[in-house]
Amino acid sequence: MYLIKKFLTLYLLVSGFMVWAQIRVPQNGVVDAFEGITAFTNCTLIKDPQTKVLNATLIIQNAKIIAAGPALIIPKEAKIIDLHGKWVYASFIDLWSEYGVAKAQNKANERGPQFLSSKKGAWYWNEAIHPEVKASEVFSVQKEEAKAMRDLGFGLAVCHQQNGIARGTGLVVALGNETEQKMIINSSYGHYFSFNKGNSTQDYPSSLMGSIALLRQFYCDSKWAMGAKENEIDLSLKNYKLSQGMPHFFETGDVQDLLRADKIGDEFGIQYTLKGNGDEYQFIDEVKRTNTHLILPLNFPEAFDVEDPLDARLIGLTELKHWEMAPFNPVMVYNKGIEFSMTLAGLKKYDKFWTNIYKSIANGLTEEYALRALTTNPAKVLKMEALYGTLEVGKFANFIITDGNVFKEGTTILENWVLGKQNVNIDWQNSNYSGKYNLAFNDSTYTININGKSWQPKAEFQPKTKGELKLSLKNGFITYQLTLKNGKFSNGSGYKTGNNITLISSDSLGKPMTFSAVYIGPADVPTDSIKKKTEALVPKYALPWQYNLPKELSYLIANATVWTCGSQGKLENTDVLIKDGKIIGLGKGLINQGAVKIDGTGMHLTPGIIDEHSHIAISKGVNEGTQSITSEVRIEDVINAKDVNIYRQMAGGVTTSHLLHGSANAIGGQTALIKLKYGEAPENLKFPNDHRFIKFALGENVKQSNWGDFNTIRFPQTRMGVEQVFQDGFMRAKAYGDLKKTIGYRTDLELEALLEILNAKRFITCHSYVQSEINMLMHLADSFGFKVNTFTHILEGYKVADKMKNHGVAASTFSDWWGYKYEVVDAIPYNPGIMQKVGVLTGINSDDAEMGRRLNQEAAKAIKYSDVSEIDALNMVTTNPAKMLHIDNRVGQIRIGMDADLVLWDGQPLSNYSKPQTTWIDGKIYFDRTEDAKKRLEISKERQRIINDMLKAKKKGESTRKAGKTLEPEYHCDSEN
Amino acid sequence: MKLEMKNIFIGLVLASTLAKAQVPSPAAIENSKVWIMAGTLHIGNGKVYTNASLRFDKGIITAIDSFRAPKDFPDHKIFLAKHVYAGLIAPNTTLGLNEVDAIRSTRDYNEVGQNNANIRSLIAYNTDSKVIPTLRSNGILLAQITPSGGNISGQSSVVQLDAWNWEDAAIKVDDALHINWPRMSLQFGWGAESSEAEKGQIEMAINAMNKIFSDAKSYCSSKGMEVNLKLEAFRGVFGGTKKVFVHTDGAREMISAVQFMQRYGIKPVIVGGDESHLITKFLRDNQIAVILIRTHNLPSLPDDDIDLPYKMPKILHDSGVLYCLADVSAWQQRNLPFQAGTSVAFGLTAEQALMAITKNTAEILGISDKYGTLEVGKSATIIVSEGDILDMKSSKVTRAWIDGRPIDLDDTQKQLNRKYNTKYFGK
Repeated sequence: MYLIKKFLTLYLLVSGFMVWAQIRVPQNGVVDAFEGITAFTNCTLIKDPQTKVLNATLIIQNAKIIAAGPALIIPKEAKIIDLHGKWVYASFIDLWSEYGVAKAQNKANERGPQFLSSKKGAWYWNEAIHPEVKASEVFSVQKEEAKAMRDLGFGLAVCHQQNGIARGTGLVVALGNETEQKMIINSSYGHYFSFNKGNSTQDYPSSLMGSIALLRQFYCDSKWAMGAKENEIDLSLKNYKLSQGMPHFFETGDVQDLLRADKIGDEFGIQYTLKGNGDEYQFIDEVKRTNTHLILPLNFPEAFDVEDPLDARLIGLTELKHWEMAPFNPVMVYNKGIEFSMTLAGLKKYDKFWTNIYKSIANGLTEEYALRALTTNPAKVLKMEALYGTLEVGKFANFIITDGNVFKEGTTILENWVLGKQNVNIDWQNSNYSGKYNLAFNDSTYTININGKSWQPKAEFQPKTKGELKLSLKNGFITYQLTLKNGKFSNGSGYKTGNNITLISSDSLGKPMTFSAVYIGPADVPTDSIKKKTEALVPKYALPWQYNLPKELSYLIANATVWTCGSQGKLENTDVLIKDGKIIGLGKGLINQGAVKIDGTGMHLTPGIIDEHSHIAISKGVNEGTQSITSEVRIEDVINAKDVNIYRQMAGGVTTSHLLHGSANAIGGQTALIKLKYGEAPENLKFPNDHRFIKFALGENVKQSNWGDFNTIRFPQTRMGVEQVFQDGFMRAKAYGDLKKTIGYRTDLELEALLEILNAKRFITCHSYVQSEINMLMHLADSFGFKVNTFTHILEGYKVADKMKNHGVAASTFSDWWGYKYEVVDAIPYNPGIMQKVGVLTGINSDDAEMGRRLNQEAAKAIKYSDVSEIDALNMVTTNPAKMLHIDNRVGQIRIGMDADLVLWDGQPLSNYSKPQTTWIDGKIYFDRTEDAKKRLEISKERQRIINDMLKAKKKGESTRKAGKTLEPEYHCDSEN
Repeated sequence: MKLEMKNIFIGLVLASTLAKAQVPSPAAIENSKVWIMAGTLHIGNGKVYTNASLRFDKGIITAIDSFRAPKDFPDHKIFLAKHVYAGLIAPNTTLGLNEVDAIRSTRDYNEVGQNNANIRSLIAYNTDSKVIPTLRSNGILLAQITPSGGNISGQSSVVQLDAWNWEDAAIKVDDALHINWPRMSLQFGWGAESSEAEKGQIEMAINAMNKIFSDAKSYCSSKGMEVNLKLEAFRGVFGGTKKVFVHTDGAREMISAVQFMQRYGIKPVIVGGDESHLITKFLRDNQIAVILIRTHNLPSLPDDDIDLPYKMPKILHDSGVLYCLADVSAWQQRNLPFQAGTSVAFGLTAEQALMAITKNTAEILGISDKYGTLEVGKSATIIVSEGDILDMKSSKVTRAWIDGRPIDLDDTQKQLNRKYNTKYFGK
């Protein structure tokens, strides 16, 4: 009773206020704006995802719901729409749309460098940062697009211009056909971000890590702009400042990007709402930890056309698997308890939207959550749950009418009401021809059954053998084509006369004739063959790299030849005991304290190999070579845990890799140190070290000698200029250090990193070739009071080994590369040996994903060329690089207390006749040759199973995409990005 | 065994301490008969003898037998050697056509245009390349100098690596025509090229090749036609005196190319052959040889066996497919023996692995009458090493002969090594 009272009060209130609406826009003719009250009766009302009301009535007036529930009193003046058998839902909200927003125009890209923004005015210096863009200012109603979205059930969309890194603000619009003035619900909503620089033609950033650094710098700048007195105007920052407090949204390219975006948010106290990509299942625990509300696309991929096995073999299991897993992504996200909304974004064809929702539900997503993800969840994100998302009194009349449970395949969305305005999808209120009829035709009487959806009648003779009848319906009339078994044919049209149908045809002379189909009762409805509900099983493992992650066990490697790479040298017939990730025993006859015993007889045990110079496991660009100093970029932001080369290198005995920025500029990016724990999430790969490193570079790459004729503008173009870049950088860093002692300074990420070098908190590994430049950098470092930590490549190190020794710098070099450019014509394979003998700490590195798999052999070349001892040679890839990286207290030697990063070789470890049998990292077996063979078989079976399923899918008529090889980047120092 | 020391040269080069900074002069023929007493004599055909003797005279091997007393052959100059091998052969290389990769003016291996059948690598082969001696230092004494690029890259020649100019370097002139077969599978993603496959133009490309071959066949079978340089290059191809090397990796491409060539009575050699392991029976049945390029390589597909490239020699060997090894470019060739060595870790014996850089290569290049093995009557093209040359930790090539000429194994890198050893250590 109380409730009804409340309804009535509200109804009176609303109708009282809205008698007369002011009109602002001049009208051509008299005003015609009657709205009235509309009542929808006898429907199944899904008020909200949890509440289903049978035989309900919904009453709306002036775009709002004024009553909703069972057995309501309907105002006399109300228009009544009988929704018997129909269901009513709140219409859907798409949080990620570009609907109606003009696309950013592509600019002509001129050849040659563009250092600064081409946008004229007092805007942010980088063209990809434009928080000032207001999508509402370039929004216009697009009727066809709006209808397409409405027909799928959407009533609201949140839109923004999908361009750039800081994209500007979005808007909330209703998907009706009225003017922009009426359709925009909120003209300034949300700030939008991505890692993609969009139509910016400015060089910087060219890499993902550059995008991340730029965005971080933007947040630093805006923080500074909030507080300090500005001595210069930046309208972009000003605009951003004015719209503070708005929610931040972030578009990403894949699940690892999603985690990267969240990390930026954490740093600056922003909880992004993250747009997902359908691959969240790959790192689901990490996604859960972001605490984000996900905006999930339903972009399930098509099967590959795998009819030719020679094509099928080109597709990686990860890609095959994604086809299988993507339809499980929504339920896996749901099962993890991650809140999400669903979006149309990412669908190439809208008709897949419902197909994919059905699939998700068949795979275990509940109907209730699916509805939440389309209605209440997005409303909550928008903080508009008081007005949208459910069908309660006082909320906007945004709802859809369906002919049944919308989540059941075969249900049709008939109408979509937007802000109280009707939009008809299906002309369902036409005459209903459903029924059983007697048809007198050709001197006989036939029984005809018409059923199917009222707007799509389907007719058949009873029994079927007597003939065929095809019907279609338009504007209330049917047209028919009738063929009797004996071949007699008639066609014409028809209309309803009471319960009967009057049919009009013409006789053989063309004279019109009519005849009747007489209603004899309701249609026979075919009983649904009850589909056996198949239990949706989430496939066992999401990805190849997640097969059998190793267990933490204790191991006793017994009776091996142990190369300690430390003071104990090489020990024959020796045991090593490892537990809890550490080496806890080294000696003969160790007691097997519950450890798994591994017989090392005839085998060799060495510390894991450490690659001081590697470019594996890096996402989307190894060089941010667009400026001469990019110390703000960080490889650790873009670790690619999915790179199969992690596994391959570990299988070659590498356990720790130093991932370097490329050498395209004088001061490159900050490096990352990882352990090659394949299968773990990106953050778990990181080697925790207090001492951080940064890549510097000298020579031809830095001065763009081999970059072609269009790259002759960036400073420096000579070795003389390179010195000045460093000189300038460190002077500015020093001044910045002084400025930091004051208040109100602007955090400068580039100078922060250089300042760390001056303060001995960050260390340089410098790409270098020619003796002059090597000497220069040591002098420059001396003048600023720091030491160069490592010269990498250092191919002419042998010419200045004595000076290097005096400076205390280490050398990490190739064994025998030369001849690939002018600055390496004097490179010699005797280089490591000479430097070693002079007393420089010398290591051998790879800079190459393939060579990284056999660094032991590269070290052995020092024996060949320079008669270095076997132990010294092995040290060049174990303890020496560990020392260079300041991690020799953890790795690089076999002694008690060190990390259990070990390699068991089937022969002498410096021979290319040997190969690793087992690799441990932190005491766990991440590679074992015997296991590898088993795993390979498993992968092969798994591939074949999915390939067979894809073949079946194609047979069923599903569309497929062409199979081919997806190339992955292999980076080197001078990779172009 | 007591040796008369005056004739014996211990197998170590007494390197000159003078920095010459240039490519050593080509050697003259040994002025006397030579007798190598080998600890281990690797014939190159799978056989290996310990404590063996090898004698040669005027550039030809005259005898291989067991250790003898020095007095047995007093007219021989005697060398003691630990390991003796036939000179190694590097097929499919840009050696001498390419000095410094990044410097355009030193790149002479890739001519413009799609059909360069008439291009001849030999005349651009620079015998003074500083790269050549660094290869000799690791035992490579012969090479097939090969152009690249286009659909038909041109003609290679086989040379020996100690010469004054290309004329005296040549041992087999214009030995093969090199063809790049169109890729027939699709590529996506990072750096994917848009080839005929992506454009759906495979048939067109093969038809175009067919036109060239049918024109050539017609041209070559008649005389007195107006000279056409490109078609002229096919003379010998149909008569079997000039080989056709087809550069391709895919199984489908290899089958397509082989069947295409068979229609013209040609038995091609496959260069590349990444997917050879899928069609070993086809290759063997059709007697198609494969030159594997760089087995020190990553598998081409993410789900491939991590060691597939390392295992390829063993797979082909076991299947009875004739194959040999090559590396890419020029300076990298010096690591060719170690790639053979890696196949030992994956199942071949060292002597089997050796065949892939000696005997097999010579057969594939058509020079096995003289080179590739140490057999009586063949060329005295020989290397001597302190240890196993397939393993980097023991490979130390100390002496070499090409056609009986004792090669100066110095190179500019050794010169720099001496220079700086002198600087730091006074020696």
